[in-house]
Amino acid sequence: MTLLILLAIPLAGALFIAMSPARQAKWIALGWTLIALVAAGVAAQQFHWNAGLADAPYQFEKSWTWIKPLGVTLSVGVDSVAMLLILLTALLGPVCVLGSWTAITERAKLYYASLLVLQTAMTGVFCSRDIILFYLCFEFTLAPMYILIRQWGSSNRLAAATKFFLYTFTGSMLTLAGLVYVAWRAAGFNAGEWSFAIDDLQRAARMMSGTEQAWVLLAMLAGFAVKVPLFPVHTWLPLAHTEAPTAGSVILAGVLLKLGAYGMFRFTVPFLPEAVGTYAPAIAVLALIGVIYTGLICWAQRDVKKLVAYSSVSHLGFCVLGMMALNTTGLSGSVLYMVNHGLSTGAMFLCIGFMYERYHTRSLDEIGGLASRMPVWSMFMMFFVFASVGLPGLNGFVSEFMCMLGAFQSGATWGLGGTLGPLGPWYAAVAATGMVVSAIYLLYMAGKLVFGPLREPHDHGHGQRHSNGHAHAHAESTLPADLTAREITALLPLAVACLALGVYPTPVIRSLDTPIMRIFVDAPPPTLAPAAAVPQEAAP
Amino acid sequence: MTDMASLLDALRPEMALFGATCVVMLLGLSRAEFVRKSCALVTAAGLLAAAWLGLRSPDAASSVTAFALFPSLLPFAKTTIALVALLLLPVLAGTVDRAYERAVDKGEKFDPIRATRGEFYAFFLFSVTGVMLCATANDLIWLFLALELVSLPTYVMVAMSSPRLRAQEAGVKYFFLGAFGAAIFLYGFALLYGATGATGLGEIREAFGAAVSRGENPMSGVALAGMVMAIIGVSFKIAAVPMHFYAPDVYQGAATPVSAYLAFAPKAAGFLALMSLLGTVGWGTYFGDPGAVFVGGSLPAELRVPVWVIAAMTMTVGNVLALLQSNVKRMLAYSSIAHSGYMLVGLIVGPGAPTPGARNVPLASDGLGAMLFYLLCYGVMNLGAFAAIAALQKRTASGQTVEVETLDDIRGLCWSRPLIGWSLVLSAMSLLGLPPLLGFFGKLWLFTSAISAGEILLVVVMGMNSAIAAFYYLRIAAAALLDQRDQLAYAPTLHPARGRRLAAALSALGVVALVPFVGPLQQWAHKASRPNEVHAMPIRVEQPKAAPAQAPH
Repeated sequence: MTLLILLAIPLAGALFIAMSPARQAKWIALGWTLIALVAAGVAAQQFHWNAGLADAPYQFEKSWTWIKPLGVTLSVGVDSVAMLLILLTALLGPVCVLGSWTAITERAKLYYASLLVLQTAMTGVFCSRDIILFYLCFEFTLAPMYILIRQWGSSNRLAAATKFFLYTFTGSMLTLAGLVYVAWRAAGFNAGEWSFAIDDLQRAARMMSGTEQAWVLLAMLAGFAVKVPLFPVHTWLPLAHTEAPTAGSVILAGVLLKLGAYGMFRFTVPFLPEAVGTYAPAIAVLALIGVIYTGLICWAQRDVKKLVAYSSVSHLGFCVLGMMALNTTGLSGSVLYMVNHGLSTGAMFLCIGFMYERYHTRSLDEIGGLASRMPVWSMFMMFFVFASVGLPGLNGFVSEFMCMLGAFQSGATWGLGGTLGPLGPWYAAVAATGMVVSAIYLLYMAGKLVFGPLREPHDHGHGQRHSNGHAHAHAESTLPADLTAREITALLPLAVACLALGVYPTPVIRSLDTPIMRIFVDAPPPTLAPAAAVPQEAAP
Repeated sequence: MTDMASLLDALRPEMALFGATCVVMLLGLSRAEFVRKSCALVTAAGLLAAAWLGLRSPDAASSVTAFALFPSLLPFAKTTIALVALLLLPVLAGTVDRAYERAVDKGEKFDPIRATRGEFYAFFLFSVTGVMLCATANDLIWLFLALELVSLPTYVMVAMSSPRLRAQEAGVKYFFLGAFGAAIFLYGFALLYGATGATGLGEIREAFGAAVSRGENPMSGVALAGMVMAIIGVSFKIAAVPMHFYAPDVYQGAATPVSAYLAFAPKAAGFLALMSLLGTVGWGTYFGDPGAVFVGGSLPAELRVPVWVIAAMTMTVGNVLALLQSNVKRMLAYSSIAHSGYMLVGLIVGPGAPTPGARNVPLASDGLGAMLFYLLCYGVMNLGAFAAIAALQKRTASGQTVEVETLDDIRGLCWSRPLIGWSLVLSAMSLLGLPPLLGFFGKLWLFTSAISAGEILLVVVMGMNSAIAAFYYLRIAAAALLDQRDQLAYAPTLHPARGRRLAAALSALGVVALVPFVGPLQQWAHKASRPNEVHAMPIRVEQPKAAPAQAPH
């Protein structure tokens, strides 16, 4: 029930918004996202974080038959990885609403309803225990995000939204084909009984031959690598990020990109150990190319938002690298990276959005030295830049280090399928270079933006109208020079989370051990009967 | 095999429709307006009766259909046809506008479609009867007559649907190409008769079976030519490549309600006909090398390859050309071509093979069931899109009232007309196959069945096509939901016929509300698509001794 409530709250909020006047939309959205956050907090509190291998693999499990003849069920359940990402989603909910408080004035109902529906879909992805339910939520995230970019994006929003939708939709059609193929094989192993339960498919997928696994790997990567995004298929992301409204970028960077990485963690690695073991070096090389290449692209950017967008591609390269190390350190680093990147990059987008609302520009050529004009904003910006760069003591460092350590040790540790890991020190060495590049471009950006002589756009003046025909020209800036209490409220929780995960990540890392160990266990334990899952649920 | 008297048992829904047709034609002649008004109600009553009788049609357990190729097909096919037609009725009903009759008396320009009396409903009912007869057909001649009964009224419906010349042009074009298609499949039927000496579908099936037992390949020479011509001819009805050219012009030329009808009824008839035709050869029949092992449900290679090519071409041509359109009706016409391509995948897969060791075919491997289910999904969601367009009209600069048909016309529709706008958006998203709407589940079943049959390349083609289709469905949805209406353009107003709004809303509701019932509906379609085991005798040729009776699935 817990998970159902988590899923239902944002959806109910969206319905409420649809039925109430536009003026109240943001208040209702704030209320419902806060309720969702509290509910997620309560769920996290009830969640048994230190469940061992002997415990049930998934908590809060619940399952209903839906399309019986096809074997499609509505099954939900979470392990600590999913729970962490659900918490991240719930945390970003109210933050996004607060971040769009003054920026969104037209069609506010549709905007906030889309945000809330998106939240349900994202939560659904993380708690599905059935592939069809997973896919359903995975695909459905596209619709609200498309609306957000297309309706409230900047000047090139049409192309950005279309490219975003088509890229990800095309990839995931192939992923669906791959997953259905696995389901067909599973039915073959199971006397013609079709099932889409993740555990059943995992068992069947591991029994497939190496060639089959390789093809399914390709199909899965088609969907997940586009979403992450990995190097050659990343081109939709900078455009989508740059054009999306602030909250859209926050959600995109914070959670939507994680769907790809989560898909790889949940399906690709455990389903296809043989193929992943064989092709991990190739995937890791793509990730490394992404790290270095997009890092260099960042360096050349003049548009701050585009810079941060490319930095997402670069940073998620680390995440994939850690995953492809196929050892405990690398995988936990990778999962932690998902959360950390969501916090720090999401926060950076938020900061840039607040700046944009005041100056209507994001060009490094037009703006700079804001420390004297916006000290509080500058403080937050620097904080999140440091978190992103991987300054020890902040969250980015921990996960980046773990990913690289994982890659470094990979060749010397026992990985998936009882073989040595596929990567080696060289991968870590290249990734470390990427870390340097990342430090260069982020600090370069922060240096220009925050420090140095104050530069403001010529026509700028607080309270002046910008009637340049731009999509946001209507947003007359009545904001004070520095951040308001509302904006600080949006940023503060993210900063606290960054600090906490940087200073003392041990409990989180420890909680990741069990789900990751389970990937290494050859045959997963049989699916629990629904009755067996109830005690977890009943614990107050 | 079956005497006429008991065959009539299977025809009760058609008889109900025919009765309603006669009543409607008589009522339409009446001078009293309220009597003429009742035509729509009588039509609805006829369709309801047909749906109810259809539900009680003989199935596998009955002696009536004991020799039919698909003995349990009738309940599913007839009920769903009648129900979709019932949903179409309010869209079409608006074409007979009583308020308009009075306006004509006061001097407004005469517009035949809006002033038509009972004939329009009669044509509609005749055509629906034809679709149902296609499901019942057990004979090539019957099948031919049924297919013609579907199409002949639609030629008139297209031509009389609008006073514009374009409608007449469309009607003529449709008629000539339709006659051309009919000639091709009639020739094909004749060749099939020549090859087998029978017109009964069951007898043809047995003749092919006998050929297999003699170690011959029945799909060769005259029979193959006949079958291929029949398939190509019938592909006119489903608007598949190479007989798809008429669709955009005719759909655009006809009034939108009639286009909505054209996108469903002839297609349903065509697919039912193809199912029967291909059923005579069967899926899973392995011809050629007599020692070969039975591998699973697939058409004989001589047919599988052409149908495969037709399917792949149809979806690709439909979707790619739809990308280039800015007229929503043309876009939907090309989309209907593409959807035929998807459904053809189900025909290629056939009724599916049982998993080794099991006797029953798992539902997920059943391509014919997937096709029937998709036909139902497509009927509902496509109707939603057409009905939403039909529910609007606009006034031009010269003061004429014309149909809404371009993307510009529907911009911002969700804000100016929320009900129609959202119906359009939901239908378009369902046509796109976006989960969790109905279209996704139709596509999912086609996916699972095609993968079970090893048609992985076809699945990839279909997946890529869904992605291409995303582009233009998104344009429709985004225009309605996200764009701003151009203030200078003439704003669309509501069409006076309220039924169209109702139909659009009902279809959109169906797209969402049918989702929890996908399981039972699929089960029903699966049951309907089970082939007859009586005809299963020659399904496989084994080397050592004559094969015992084998299930064809």
